[in-house]
This record gives sequence, structure tokens and C-alpha cells, in this order.
Amino acid sequence: MVELRDITMDELKHLVSERAIEGETMLLNMGPQHPSTHGVLRLLLELDGETVVNCIPDIGFLHTGVEKSMESKNYQQAEVMTDRLDYLNTVGNTLVYCLAVEKLVDLGVPPRAQVIRVILTELQRIASHLVWLGSQSLDLAAMSVFLYAFREREYILDILEMVSGQRMMTTYIRPGGLWRDVPIDFEDAVRQFVGLLPPRIDQYEALLTKNPLYLDRTRGIGVLSAEDAVRWGITGPNLRGSGVAYDVRKTNPYSGYEQYDFDIPVQKEGDVYARYQVRIEEMRQSLRIISQALDILPNGPVRSNNRKFVPPPRSEIGVSMEALIHHFKLWTEGFSAPAGGVFVSVESPRGELGVYLEGDGSPKPYRVHWRTPSFTNLQALPLLSKGHLVADLVAIIGSLDIVLGDVDR
Amino acid sequence: MEDKLSTALEALRGRFEVQVNTFRGETIVNVKSEDIVGVCRALREEFGFCMLTDETAIDYWPQQTPRFHIVYHLISMMKERLRLLVPLDGNSPSLSTVEGVFPNANWLEREIWDLFGITFEQHSDLRRIIMPRDWEGHPLRKDYPLGYEEVQFTFNSQEIDTRKPYAKE
Repeated sequence: MVELRDITMDELKHLVSERAIEGETMLLNMGPQHPSTHGVLRLLLELDGETVVNCIPDIGFLHTGVEKSMESKNYQQAEVMTDRLDYLNTVGNTLVYCLAVEKLVDLGVPPRAQVIRVILTELQRIASHLVWLGSQSLDLAAMSVFLYAFREREYILDILEMVSGQRMMTTYIRPGGLWRDVPIDFEDAVRQFVGLLPPRIDQYEALLTKNPLYLDRTRGIGVLSAEDAVRWGITGPNLRGSGVAYDVRKTNPYSGYEQYDFDIPVQKEGDVYARYQVRIEEMRQSLRIISQALDILPNGPVRSNNRKFVPPPRSEIGVSMEALIHHFKLWTEGFSAPAGGVFVSVESPRGELGVYLEGDGSPKPYRVHWRTPSFTNLQALPLLSKGHLVADLVAIIGSLDIVLGDVDR
Repeated sequence: MEDKLSTALEALRGRFEVQVNTFRGETIVNVKSEDIVGVCRALREEFGFCMLTDETAIDYWPQQTPRFHIVYHLISMMKERLRLLVPLDGNSPSLSTVEGVFPNANWLEREIWDLFGITFEQHSDLRRIIMPRDWEGHPLRKDYPLGYEEVQFTFNSQEIDTRKPYAKE
């Protein structure tokens, strides 16, 4: 067995200040099993009293090798793993993967499927922001908000269960459309939720927005300037909290986002409070998109009719020889994609979620790379936390809204 | 909108030895490894491609020239997107880091070094990031086995047991 080497100072010498080596400042380990690191994030902190001098993130504790595993599965099988990356944005992950596959093989999606995709991803965005709101407030000792936020999230998980049979790992969006059409009571359930949430958001705001304790813990903490945010590749609410109105849904619309009327909430301050305001407003904008989408929801098929990529309906298999052949070929061998690479990105609740997919003419992807927003956003943590207290570091980690499954992949 | 991209490409063609392709509507620029820092700096400072959104690598083993491609995705904060491809030959290639232009390349390049074994010269902190510190090999290379559990039957159970990596003292 290989002996585990002890951590030597030499390895980390270039990351800490001179004073740490002389023993003037203290090195403190935080995580990976720490409730405020939102998963298994480990931080090595250099402290001067209670002030953070340096912060060195250590990631990889949740690495699952998804990119390597995908190379050995065919395009349909690989999709199942996409849910497991960012487990708070499962619909968004499958969406971006399916968009990449569709772009690579040049496959169209029927309009009904597009609208349902938008409704589900926006519901998922609200669910993710609710989890963020709950856990962030819990970190700052506002226990009740956590309970309320998770109560509302249940409605969304129920809708996901209604359409896909699964609360979280849905794999409902498939290349060329959806797994199946939504049940009849889907529209009513979503409409009911859209009516229910706005007063609830007002309740959260009543608890936090003007709460002096919350303001003390969030205002002026972890300030990120617009220039730094762009230089460090920060995207999503963290970037918009710094005053840059960049949203993939507006700049490079996908799944028909250009036909919906919504605003990009922006705040100039760049602190933890600004990111909170942006996320709260984003929930309201998502509701706007959902109600517009429900109004235009067309009837029609939810899967592309291209039988080379999309399996035929069960009813056809008994009566059509061609359908049987297609069914057999698709579920044994899968479909082949041409040689070439595509990069597709969507706006996930955390920022720009991209997938780089390269095919080589075989039924298996040659290379899949995930550009995950949490990975890039977490990189700015040392920049944000310098000079703040350890207690404020907790607020900053929370405000970046990282998901460790998304960071480590 | 499209003009910004085409002026940038025109200028790149004049200054560097580049090759421009398109695939499914995406613009792909092949860049030589010694030019990459200059190309990135020009794109960022003169043509408004202000964000490095992604950097990764692809392994074409057993092919040797090129064995790897480094892929950079640059975006302007508007509509334009650009992909840079840098081909690299041989089993242990190296190229210079773009950390000086885009600071977020730091972790992205650490990840490429960790998973592909491509060295970035002048990188400030080239340590493993995803895999444990004492890991051997670079998992995303194509010649690195995926690994699986062998199925044990009565006739070969003993044989497989002897080469299984059980935890020892």
C-alpha cells in the first residue's frame, strides 16, 4: 500500500504569506465536513486573529469521474449521469446535454416539447433558489426562512414527480424532445403554484429584506467589482449582483427563450446582499416566464419524428416492421453522431452551464466536458474573503451558491 | 453583431498563423501553441472577448501528431462566441499558461494538468486539483483504463481474488 504523505509546508508555501511560515498567523482547516461549506468543500484558512488573510480552497472530494464514464456509454445512456452533477438543477443539466446532442446530430424539437422544457427549467430555477435562500439564511441563523423555503420547494418536486416519476433525478428531457407528454393535471398544478408563490416570496422578503440583523451580516460583505467578476469568469446571479447584465437566455437564446418577456435583475453593489436581491427578483421573473409559457403551450407531439434518433412510440412497434427495426437498433447500438465538436451553454440557477461534446462517428461520445458554473465561481472565493471575519466567510460561501457535485463532477 | 467577430478573425489572420473553420455555426480557430498567449491577449484587449468561459483538452491517442487539442472558449458579453484549438504533439506536451490574460485559467489549467498531464509553463500553482495529491497517472487520457469489477465465477474466483486490490495493513 502506498503510504500517505503528510502535508508538508513546502507544498503550500507559495500560497500563504511569510507571516504564516514564521508562525505569526494561524493556519486553520475548515471542512470538508462542515455544515456551512454546503457539501464537501475544504478550505485552508490563514488567520490573523479572526480575520482571514488567505483562503485556499481544496476541492475534489465529490469527484465521480462523470466525464470519463460518459465516454464508455452511448448517447442515451450517458444522459442518465447528467442529473447527478448539479443535483439542484437536474432538469437544466439534462437540457444542456440534450441541446448539445441535438446540435451535434442536427435534430429538431417540436414546439410543445420546447415550451414544456422552458416551464420545467424555470420551475427548477425557482426550486434551486429556494434551497439557496433556505440554506443561506440558516447559515446566518434565520431558521424559519429555511423551513418556509423548503415547504414551497416541495410543490415543485411534486410537479417533477408528476411528469417524470422522480422528484430529483428526472432524466425527463431526452434528445429530440421529452420522455413522454405531461399528464393532464400538469397545467393546473403549475398554475396553482404560480398563483401561490408571489405572496410567499413577499413573506420571505418581510423576514429578511429589511431585517437589521440580516443587513448587518450581508451588506458590504464579500464585495466583487464588475471588472473582477468578468476577469474571473463569474456568471449567473453572482455576476448580475455586480452590475453586469449578462444572461445566456438573452444573449444566446435557446429553446425559444426569445419569445418570452422577462427582465434581467441587476444590482450594482456586488456584495452578499446584492446577490440575495438578484435571486429573489429572479424567482419573480421565472414565474413571469412560466405563466407566459403556459398561455402559449401548444398541442402536438413532444418527440421529434426522426426515427434515426428518437425511438418510435410503443403502439407502432406491433404493427410496423420499420418501427421494430428502429426500436431495436436504437436500444442496442444507439445512434451515431458525426465527427466534430459543439459547445452549448444554458443559464443555470448558478450561471452559465456549458457542455462541450465531441463525436467521432460512433454511438459513444468521444469527449464530454462540463463547464460548470460552481467551479468557476468558487475560484473567486479567496478574492472575496480576504480581510473579512471567519463568520462572514460563511455568508460569502453561501452567497456564491455552489453545489459541490457541480464543482467536482 | 457578426461584424465584430469577422473583424477579429481578419485581424488574427493578418497577425498570426491561424486557420478558421466553422462547424454547426460555431467559429473554430486553430492556433499554434506558441501564439496562444498573444492571440488571447489581442482578443481580450482589442476585440472585446473579455471572458474565458471554458478551457479543456481532448486526447486523440494513439495518434501522436497531434495527440492533444487544448480547447478555449471565449465569449464577449454580447452574442459572439469563439473557440480556439491548440494542437499539441507527443505524450508529455507543454504550452504557456494564459493565466496572465484570464486569471480564471488558473484552476482550469490545473484541472487539465491533473486529468491529462499537460504542463503549463509559468503557471503559478500547478498542483493536482480534482484527484488526490498522491494519485498516479492522468485519468482522462484515452490510454488510462476506465476500470471495472471483474465478475467472479466458481472456476476463476481464486484467480481474480489474488489480483484484487484489497486494502492491506
